[in-house]
Amino acid sequence: MAARRSQKPVMAPPYLVNGETGPFEVVIGLEVHAQVISKSKLFSGASTAFGGAPNTRVSLVDAAMPGMLPVLNGECVRQAVRTGLALGCTINRRSRFDRKNYFYADLPAGYQISQYEAPIVGEGAVEIELEDGTRKAVGIERIHLEQDAGKSIHDLHPELSYVDLNRAGVALMEIVSKPDLRSPAEAGAYVTTLRAILRAIGSCDGNMQEGSLRADVNVSVRRPGAPFGTRCEIKNVNSIRFIQQAIAFEARRQVDLIEAGEAVVQETRLFDPERGETRPLRSKEDAHDYRYFPEPDLLPLVLDEAFIEACRASLPELPHARRRRYETELGLSPYVAGVLTADIEESLWFELLLAESAKRQGKPPREVAERAANWMTGDLFAALKRLDRTIADSPVTPAQGAELLALLADGTLSGPLAKQVFEIMLETGENPGVIAEARGLKQVTDTAALEAAVAAVLQANADKVAEYRAGKEKLFGFFVGQVMKASGGKASPALVNDLLKRALG
Amino acid sequence: MSDLTALSVAEMREGLAARAFSAAELVSAHVAAAEAARPLNLFITETFDRAMDAARAADAALAAGTAGPLSGIPIGIKDLFATKGVRTTAASRILGDFTPPYESTVTAKLQAAGAVSLGKLNLDEFAMGSSNETSAFGPVVSPVRAQGSEAPLVPGGSSGGSAAAVAARVVAAATGTDTGGSIRQPAAFCGVAGIKPTYGRCSRWGIIAFASSLDQAGVFARSVRDCALLLEAMAGFDPRDSTSIDAPVPRWAQQLSGDLRGRRVGIPREYRVEGMDPGLEALWEQGAAWLRDAGAEIVEVSLPHTAQALPTYYILAPAEASSNLARYDGVRYGLRVVPEGGGLADMYEATRAAGFGAEVRRRIMIGTYVLSAGYYDAYYRKAQKVRALIARDFAEAFAACDVLLTPTAPTGAFPLGARNADPIAMYLNDVFTVPSSLAGLPAMSVPAGADSAGLPLGLQLIGRPLDEGLVLDAAYALEARAPKLPAPASWWR
Repeated sequence: MAARRSQKPVMAPPYLVNGETGPFEVVIGLEVHAQVISKSKLFSGASTAFGGAPNTRVSLVDAAMPGMLPVLNGECVRQAVRTGLALGCTINRRSRFDRKNYFYADLPAGYQISQYEAPIVGEGAVEIELEDGTRKAVGIERIHLEQDAGKSIHDLHPELSYVDLNRAGVALMEIVSKPDLRSPAEAGAYVTTLRAILRAIGSCDGNMQEGSLRADVNVSVRRPGAPFGTRCEIKNVNSIRFIQQAIAFEARRQVDLIEAGEAVVQETRLFDPERGETRPLRSKEDAHDYRYFPEPDLLPLVLDEAFIEACRASLPELPHARRRRYETELGLSPYVAGVLTADIEESLWFELLLAESAKRQGKPPREVAERAANWMTGDLFAALKRLDRTIADSPVTPAQGAELLALLADGTLSGPLAKQVFEIMLETGENPGVIAEARGLKQVTDTAALEAAVAAVLQANADKVAEYRAGKEKLFGFFVGQVMKASGGKASPALVNDLLKRALG
Repeated sequence: MSDLTALSVAEMREGLAARAFSAAELVSAHVAAAEAARPLNLFITETFDRAMDAARAADAALAAGTAGPLSGIPIGIKDLFATKGVRTTAASRILGDFTPPYESTVTAKLQAAGAVSLGKLNLDEFAMGSSNETSAFGPVVSPVRAQGSEAPLVPGGSSGGSAAAVAARVVAAATGTDTGGSIRQPAAFCGVAGIKPTYGRCSRWGIIAFASSLDQAGVFARSVRDCALLLEAMAGFDPRDSTSIDAPVPRWAQQLSGDLRGRRVGIPREYRVEGMDPGLEALWEQGAAWLRDAGAEIVEVSLPHTAQALPTYYILAPAEASSNLARYDGVRYGLRVVPEGGGLADMYEATRAAGFGAEVRRRIMIGTYVLSAGYYDAYYRKAQKVRALIARDFAEAFAACDVLLTPTAPTGAFPLGARNADPIAMYLNDVFTVPSSLAGLPAMSVPAGADSAGLPLGLQLIGRPLDEGLVLDAAYALEARAPKLPAPASWWR
């Protein structure tokens, strides 16, 4: 959300890859794997906390010891249903778990428990907005719950591989979009929007660096209006930028292939961020036969209406609703409202700032919202960027921000003084009132003190006073500057103006 | 003291309560019997020292008045149940020297009731077999012999060690598991009683899985009442097994009456199969007459999909097994074979080739095949549909009757090695037991007579879901009327 949104939605020109024989359209579908926020794993009591020494967050079930059985974690079910509801999806009253069978060292049971034929969440849609203000609904095909695998580590020993099962069994939601996306920008906006919603409802922390959110990207190209082409799947891409790069590269590669008279081969590919290119992982012929079949250790999952309604009731305000409210109730510009609702942590920080500001200034939120929003998106975000911090580890609290805004509003601080105080707050973490007091940074509004300063300046510059009175009115600014200087910059400029005008008659 | 091994569980309880003998005396008599019976190859792992410790603890509990319902009763555990600190093998090389750090729910419940385990009993590898000949630890030899013959017979399988140990008076009772007949068929072969309760009655937690949707724990004993006593201790809801049933466990032993007045016993006409031993058919009719004598009304019923049960079972069970046994890969525990310079795939191949026996490999291959892309609908999905039809057959039959009476197995025990060359002939052993397994119903084999060679034959009772009570009571009525088979002569001593 870096550019200003125009008031009316406009149609952006379609994203096309121009080949020598004409333009091609790109068709993209995403399978987003989102790690569910839950204390324990999908089918065991082991902790899901990130990090930890290898193989310390592993239960007997996760290690697939003989005779161990999975027991479904109700919290993961709740999170999947909440996610489905937040994305406007149908919730399937009856779903089922299946086994996806394949051998790998970090898959202890030799199968992953997933949902194949009957997922917990069905169809829905997400509205995305591009930088130019274009809006578009992106269809959700389904969401299913599945286990994550462990981690194989190949670079610790020349011959051996190491396996860490801490992640094995952690719950993932696989959110499958319809092939509705048509450009890298749309794919980026889709993941950004999805991530914001998941974070807002607390079903996934969206941390792409730690792998909590990653995507398999399906890409094909076609002549505009033609049937879908053959797709390639780019596995496990873990940043929005990489997703966009991978799509752009892959679309170009497929167009070049077709124009060279070759066929696109359906295959799984990997994205190499260092080279910015995709490479084949395995072809369709080498694809695993996963031998899916219903997981006999678990009963079908049946959800009742009361459970689903409780999930619905637990949903907080979603980002798009919050944005609409900021525009209509708080009178914020669409752009600022968009910035303040793109991330739940920032939204919540703003809500606290707003509430505290209204309280301190004794005004309704609508009247203090714009200044609070401008300060947060301006001064605070600039400072955080400079300090390389996020809102979660901001050195300034919402209450401190509100205090600063209140000091500005009641004239205790002038704009320049407020900036000075804010810098000190960033360094020391002290409250702005304390800083202003201790460091003498308050705007001087003591009329008697300033009258004395004015008198002193006029006395010391009797010649200039005479010139002024003779008609050289430009000198007024000189007198203001002298008084401000004498006050150490703390005098209220408005008051100085008043007093000077009176003294100079 | 040697006659202590001939007592029933009920008699042992009375004797212990009356201080007629101590648990230590009782257990040590059984340990002596077990040592003498080593030629039968009953145990994979003996835990006699532990058993004696547990017996002394049982005596203390009896003296203190804190004894459980099975305090001091010597039992054996099929080596498919994980036992904490005691090697657990599933009769397979692939588990190597695996010693679980956990105790299965069923064995933990038996321990809590005071039962004393003498060790881990032999079985077919991963419970795959009907003769106990697929064990990596060698076959069990049945204590039963044909009249005038010294030819070694199979005890049946897969719970062959359990059935044989009970028949040989080495333990008073033993746990088993039944996937398609693995309790009922060996019970019939060895001339003891064996019950497989409703799927979900006993927790599967800690039982090494063969086919998860079919596996169910049960018990062998020398009388119906003893089976009831043991099953009471083993059954019950377990939140760690999602397929476990949350239903109260009745006091089955107390409720045995043998009075079947007002009960209807169904005779499924499709169980009259070609090539059935004429003596077995006569015994079946005799069994019906005994139940009529106990007050029951005998009705003929139809189970139309009986003939499809065996092929259905031999698709579904191997399919699940192929997936359940994928975890034995050499990575985390058990056998690991790494060829010189080999990679991960080479390790898998070498480990599993060395670790699994021929029958297990065959079933993994069958299961992998029927689940493969392109075959799934023709095999697995169709078999699931037939399974539903089989369950419906039973539900409809139970509209006309309360319990079913059938033979347990088509023949009596056969000689060791006789059917190894022909897996299909071996699979046919399960023809009468598999349908009720597919439907998840409680079923029990009770000794009812003998064939012309004097080999034990069993009759099977099949009940409605959770109606173990009537299954046991009908078996009790049969047991009361059937001629007592002589205990096997202790030829191994």
